[in-house]
Amino acid sequence: MTFAVPANLEAQLDELVTHYPQKRSASLMLLHALQEHFGYISRDAVEWTARKLGLQPINVYELVTFYPMFRQEPLGKTHIKVCRTLSCALAGSGELRTHFCSKLGLDAHKHAAQTTPDGKFTVEFVECLADCGNAPVVLLNEDLLPKVTPAQADEIVAKGKSK
Amino acid sequence: MPQEHRLILKHADQPGYTPDMECYLRHGGYDALKKVLALAPKDLPDGKKVSPQEQVREDVKSSGLRGRGGAGFSAGIKWSLVDRRSGKPIYLICNADESEPGTFKDRQIIHKDPHQLIEGMILSCWANDVKLAYLYIRGEMPQGAKLLNKALDEARTKNFLGKNILGSGYDLEIYVHRGAGAYICGEETGLIESLEGKRAYPRIKPPYFPAVLGLYMCPTIVNNVETLCHVKHIVNMGPAEYAKLGTPNNTGTRIVSLSGDVKRPGYFEIEVGKVTLGELINDPAFGGGLREGRKLKAVIPGGSSSKILKAGETFKLNRKGPDGQMAKVDVSLLDLPYDFDSLMAAGTMSGSGAIIVLDDTRDIVETLANLAEFYAHESCGQCTPCREGALWMSKALHRMTHGEGRKADADYLLHIAQNIQGRTICAFGEAAAWPVLSFVKKFKEDFETKGAADEAKAAAKH
Repeated sequence: MTFAVPANLEAQLDELVTHYPQKRSASLMLLHALQEHFGYISRDAVEWTARKLGLQPINVYELVTFYPMFRQEPLGKTHIKVCRTLSCALAGSGELRTHFCSKLGLDAHKHAAQTTPDGKFTVEFVECLADCGNAPVVLLNEDLLPKVTPAQADEIVAKGKSK
Repeated sequence: MPQEHRLILKHADQPGYTPDMECYLRHGGYDALKKVLALAPKDLPDGKKVSPQEQVREDVKSSGLRGRGGAGFSAGIKWSLVDRRSGKPIYLICNADESEPGTFKDRQIIHKDPHQLIEGMILSCWANDVKLAYLYIRGEMPQGAKLLNKALDEARTKNFLGKNILGSGYDLEIYVHRGAGAYICGEETGLIESLEGKRAYPRIKPPYFPAVLGLYMCPTIVNNVETLCHVKHIVNMGPAEYAKLGTPNNTGTRIVSLSGDVKRPGYFEIEVGKVTLGELINDPAFGGGLREGRKLKAVIPGGSSSKILKAGETFKLNRKGPDGQMAKVDVSLLDLPYDFDSLMAAGTMSGSGAIIVLDDTRDIVETLANLAEFYAHESCGQCTPCREGALWMSKALHRMTHGEGRKADADYLLHIAQNIQGRTICAFGEAAAWPVLSFVKKFKEDFETKGAADEAKAAAKH
């Protein structure tokens, strides 16, 4: 399959580039948009971005490897980011992540992001999500969920399975 | 009775208050902008003229406003350092990369009152002759970014942004720029690199002081979300009235984020220095105390990078005595006024205003291991002492929390931490070292007991 950015998306990206006096500045915003559309940043997406901004591919690739939010592989449709950092840990986020892992047949001892073989879920430990008063918190795709209980975790899993 | 004083969050949690333009306008929104645009140049007795912009810059300085992001540096002085003679454009960046563990105040503003932030930004841009500004929001706040984009569109429609703002001849554009999950982007020179489309490697100072060589090597101001909101209130109230809030040298209000082992975690806006750490933790108006049967073990007072304070500690603070003379007085941990200077006098900092409370059920080694893992993950990797040291500390603590501690680990950790601080390009080195230094020094017994017990267990196996 050849890599193709739809015209309407490309128009949006061209508009984003105009926000900056130097095109290179638009890199992160372009990568966000491409990841949102394709689900991850492929080699082709890196090269396409580099061409668009007049950069070498390495200038873009080094961003993909530096910034934790960028992915080089497809993510699950339901992306569960459990906060690992102190306030959430004190409120049981470690147990919460283990609960998600065991429900989904993932290895709780593995630290890195894991995706289920059916591609439906990705479970990940992330650093502070800046909502510590509502610990433990989960960023579910784009929605931040406060004070997540194991029962809510089960609901998230059930919903994600039916997707 | 200590209580909240809501200035920034005055409307945010009122029923029916929404983040849209119409609601903001109904609550006096953008009046401060109209006020400054109507200001006339002031004539000084010596015949010099003070421009309206200069007047507002002077007001921010005399209000005593200190940065709410972490360093607590005078906002007015930060602005006064900007190189205005270079002929290059001046940029302003709002640092909305809220990532210091324990902190969740900027989130409230962005989600509940985005126009207040935008008005604060417009005022600050206008006062500093900025024509192009960016709002750098952390990647993990996608909803916040959408809200801000919507609010910016509304502001453009009303001509609070764009060309010839309200007929004043002043042009300004603000764009949202999203980060992508790196804590180091909160460091202002790292943020600037990130905004230039690069890895967020902080720049060395000197020479790269943002006020002179910032974004695109142009003079740049980087201010925190909450700091920029205060500018609106300084304009509205006047600097003298604003400075009556809080305490001398610690003026205004600030939003405190309280989390960890309290009954009522949450955010509370207080007059700086008018409420003590003990009141924030225990008063029913704030944290409501610890859970039943628990005792206080320690407090992390200003975000995870601040040095931990141990229950029962006392500190020497300068206080005015009844005779009007300053004298050193003993102040206990819970009686520390929550402000920049008192926390500094206690050997720590109020940082981003984030308090994490630990009760006596918490294992101090586990707690530090959690934070050390954060710093090991977030080190940008540019400076060897930090890249390697943060990881060594985390590995040692991981070992200690997995039954393989050694009695010598306490000193080993101190040794590494001491070799990070002061040896890195940016303050992340200190941020990674300080928790380790303070935890291990203040709770050395916990570390040594754990290490010794593991060693005894290992010896018994052989």
